[in-house]
Amino acid sequence: MYRIESKIDTKSGEYKKNHENMKKVVKQFQERLAEVQKGGPEKYQKLQRSRGKLLARERLDKLFDRNTPFLELNSLAAYDMYDNQAPGAGMVTGIGIMHGREVLVIANDATVKGGTYFPMTIKKHIRAQEVAMENRLPCIYLVDSGGIFLPHQAGTFPDKEHFGRIFYNQARLSAKGIPQISIVMGSCTAGGAYVPAMSDETVIVRKQGTIFIGGPPLVKAATGEEVSDEDLGGADVHCRISGVSDYYARNDTHALGIARNIIETLDPPNKFRLDCASPEDPFYDPEELYGIVPAALRKSFDIKEVIARLVDGSRFQEFKELFGNTIVCGFARIMGYPVGILANNGVLFSESSLKGAHFISLCAMRKIPLVFLQNITGFIVGKKYEHGGIAKDGAKLVHAVANADVPKFTVIVGGSYGAGNYAMCGRAYDPRLLWMWPNARISVMGGEQAANVLLTVKKKRMEGRKKITKAEEKAIKKPILEKYEHEGSPYYSTARLWDDGIINPLKTRESLALGIAMSLNAPIPDYKVGIFRM
Amino acid sequence: MFKKILIANRGEIAVRVIKACQEMDITAVAVYSDADRSSLHVQTADEAVYVGAAPAGESYLNIDRIIQAGKDTGSEAIHPGYGFLAENAEFVQRCEQDNIVFIGPNSRAMKLVGDKIRSRQAMERAGIAIIPGMKSALKDISKYKSAAEKIGYPVMIKASAGGGGKGMRIVYKEADLKPALEAGKREAKAAFSNDSVYLEKYIEEPRHIEFQVLADNFGNTVHIFERECSIQRRHQKIVEESPSPALEPELREKMGAIAQKVINVTGYNNAGTVEFLLDKDKKFYFLEVNARLQVEHPVTELISGIDLVLQQIDIAAGQKLAFKQKELQQKGHAIECRIYAEDPQNNFLPSSGKVLFLKEPSGPGVRFDCGVYSGCDVPVYYDPILAKLIVWAENRDKACRRMLKALADCVVLGIKTNIEFLKDLIGHPMFKEGKTTTNFIQKNFPDWSPPEKPENLKELALTAAAFNSQKSSLKGGRYGTEPKEVYSPWNKLGKWTIGGGK
Repeated sequence: MYRIESKIDTKSGEYKKNHENMKKVVKQFQERLAEVQKGGPEKYQKLQRSRGKLLARERLDKLFDRNTPFLELNSLAAYDMYDNQAPGAGMVTGIGIMHGREVLVIANDATVKGGTYFPMTIKKHIRAQEVAMENRLPCIYLVDSGGIFLPHQAGTFPDKEHFGRIFYNQARLSAKGIPQISIVMGSCTAGGAYVPAMSDETVIVRKQGTIFIGGPPLVKAATGEEVSDEDLGGADVHCRISGVSDYYARNDTHALGIARNIIETLDPPNKFRLDCASPEDPFYDPEELYGIVPAALRKSFDIKEVIARLVDGSRFQEFKELFGNTIVCGFARIMGYPVGILANNGVLFSESSLKGAHFISLCAMRKIPLVFLQNITGFIVGKKYEHGGIAKDGAKLVHAVANADVPKFTVIVGGSYGAGNYAMCGRAYDPRLLWMWPNARISVMGGEQAANVLLTVKKKRMEGRKKITKAEEKAIKKPILEKYEHEGSPYYSTARLWDDGIINPLKTRESLALGIAMSLNAPIPDYKVGIFRM
Repeated sequence: MFKKILIANRGEIAVRVIKACQEMDITAVAVYSDADRSSLHVQTADEAVYVGAAPAGESYLNIDRIIQAGKDTGSEAIHPGYGFLAENAEFVQRCEQDNIVFIGPNSRAMKLVGDKIRSRQAMERAGIAIIPGMKSALKDISKYKSAAEKIGYPVMIKASAGGGGKGMRIVYKEADLKPALEAGKREAKAAFSNDSVYLEKYIEEPRHIEFQVLADNFGNTVHIFERECSIQRRHQKIVEESPSPALEPELREKMGAIAQKVINVTGYNNAGTVEFLLDKDKKFYFLEVNARLQVEHPVTELISGIDLVLQQIDIAAGQKLAFKQKELQQKGHAIECRIYAEDPQNNFLPSSGKVLFLKEPSGPGVRFDCGVYSGCDVPVYYDPILAKLIVWAENRDKACRRMLKALADCVVLGIKTNIEFLKDLIGHPMFKEGKTTTNFIQKNFPDWSPPEKPENLKELALTAAAFNSQKSSLKGGRYGTEPKEVYSPWNKLGKWTIGGGK
């Protein structure tokens, strides 16, 4: 395979400016992440410790094999929401290694509002279960939660993707033979009681874990019976009397050890075998990614420069290089794993759509994982293109993306606008994981276009009545521009789980490799595609 | 020179001989039983042939199978090691018939020295002092009574066909004679399929002194000085040294000359050992000839600088001895400790099982002839010797210190061994003084128990384990296997988080 020839001049003023800017953006991201990863307020952390309990992240450290990666999901969930009372939505989720195999962990953070569920907490929990389902990862629930955050009951209780979905998922996952393991390390009240009760195997910590459908206050109110937490649903009750729990742990550390032992007893995963090579570092320094992506996204950049800094040896077998070149397609390896890459070099035309659909079919047929690098303003518009059938050609690309059941991974490296988001495997197209770079933007169209569209509509309505002045135009556009600026931010996106997290561009290659390795726990089905409108 | 040699043995001695062959570019063929499929000698050899089930009688003692293995592999010679078929005259004859060179004495000499009664007669005729005793075995048990009276109590019952303490009994008074004879005969029968036993004078507090001899096929003989092997348990040696603290140069010369005479009288060739008993008054009696390479041969190698196994192969290949008696020198002091899988607290009962961990001692003047590795099994079927630790130093005192340190450095986990006992033995003041007699252990260690373990042993062990696990994951000893790793970035990236630095 030939190496991509980089044309980047690392001495140029533009490169340096871009590099400076990206460094700032990444630094801001890292600071925000670090802040969120601290968890809840100091006083609740102290309280947690005073009870002999470990903090959520300390628990994960003891759960996973030592010195192994942790691929955290949705770490900035609920960012800037709920008055910033719920850092990380009060929960840590992600993929780690236990006894050498990938597992998915969902850990409540009791220092955040007692580990209760905000609407985004539920979304994060369900997203993690979805990742477990698609990739057949055993689930470990570290339960330490007071249940639904009552002020938000309307957004958490009754709907399809609300609290009830968690238990539905547990049942479905269990039925698929995906182990469901709970460690009860704090309270599991009301609905929360079903997490351990629905699990295949459950561990409970003495004098810390409790499980009950109705807590002591509710029992008192309902029947007048007075009973302590421990006598109602402590470890002794559930291990000796009720049978709700299977393993009795002396403390957090012991419980995590038992969970590790449980994983040890599982059948080893039957991983899908890809044709892997020895991993090789990219020929070009990945750090140069910082200088490639321009600070202003309106400016274009050559996506092949990005590919050159992500793939093994910077080698890329480009498919249809001379045809429909606003989409770049080709084969490469990422840390030894074969991948098919689709990446944007401009707006999508009919040719580029057809080329993309063709390439996806190749990979789906050959069972090669797909990587989408999004920097897309959308499909081309205009009379000529509508007549040329851009709609049906774009539809072919969407068809192919939707039906390619190989593991798909999407990284939004720049803009992600309009139907281009769909065609390039946006959230709705079930990529196994989707990440954003901290410089990325996502919205139905760019703020400027949206404002202009709205202005045109308004002008049309006012036609013949009165002329709109420049100042009025500005006043009409301003709130739109501000709204798009705010909502197009990657933090707005990641807070609402439109993605699986923001990542440092330098971590892209490793994140993809970890993701591919993890995805191989599930078999890759044969390619089946629907009817292409010809 | 030979191109291929079959080693009809197992354990440390097989490994020792295999290495000697490989040094000389001779292909070494190992044989193994069911119990030894993964043993060290099989792994070390160039080729290995399966010879039968685990019990020695069906494998290592099965003459047909061994000879067949030699023929099948095209081996020109067989080295028997010690034990098993090493002193079996029938085996030597079979080798001679099948044109395979037996690395050891010829069958006639073997037969003569192997029969203790005939060899004693031969010695008496040559005027060599032997321990007073019966000249032949008797059929009728009652006749032993008068013989015992003639010799004078205490008397020792010995098996005509054996060695290694099998069938041996000491009788102090007449009343014990009959039951002891019966027991001795039973044991002899079981061990050698020959129940004939004889009586001899039992010499109290004797020293066991033996002389290493080499004889080529052209009548040249040398002795390579003595070894003292007085430290014994259950009539088997566990510590040997050279020179003996009991011998003066004159006495050494005298005994050495007698040893050479014994070899000449018996028509012996290749390497052999002439055993004597030395009493309190420095009077010595001929005991027997060991027609083999001895377990304790490294002691002689270290003080003389002569490789006895290479000499055996050279002699068997028809070469003349390359040195004369007067060229040989005894230099410094060497001590050997035999490391056995056995329980010194329970009458040295053999133990078996898996060697979980082995750490070999090393350093200047330290030699470790080893037949096991971390993770290997020690079968119940054979002699439980695991290894031999031999040290050399300028003098006896320094050799004792070196041995103590080397024993402390030697770790065998998973099975019971005599290492702790050996440490106490070498460190004993009587040993340091050289007051070594064959009843040394009964006298000085009647009721040995291992030293108290430190109270904080568990903490120490855990701390050490923590340090060790940082260094490497679950690597065993030199042959420990690692689980085959399937590549995954998950095992490659170490501590990695999505937000972490570069």
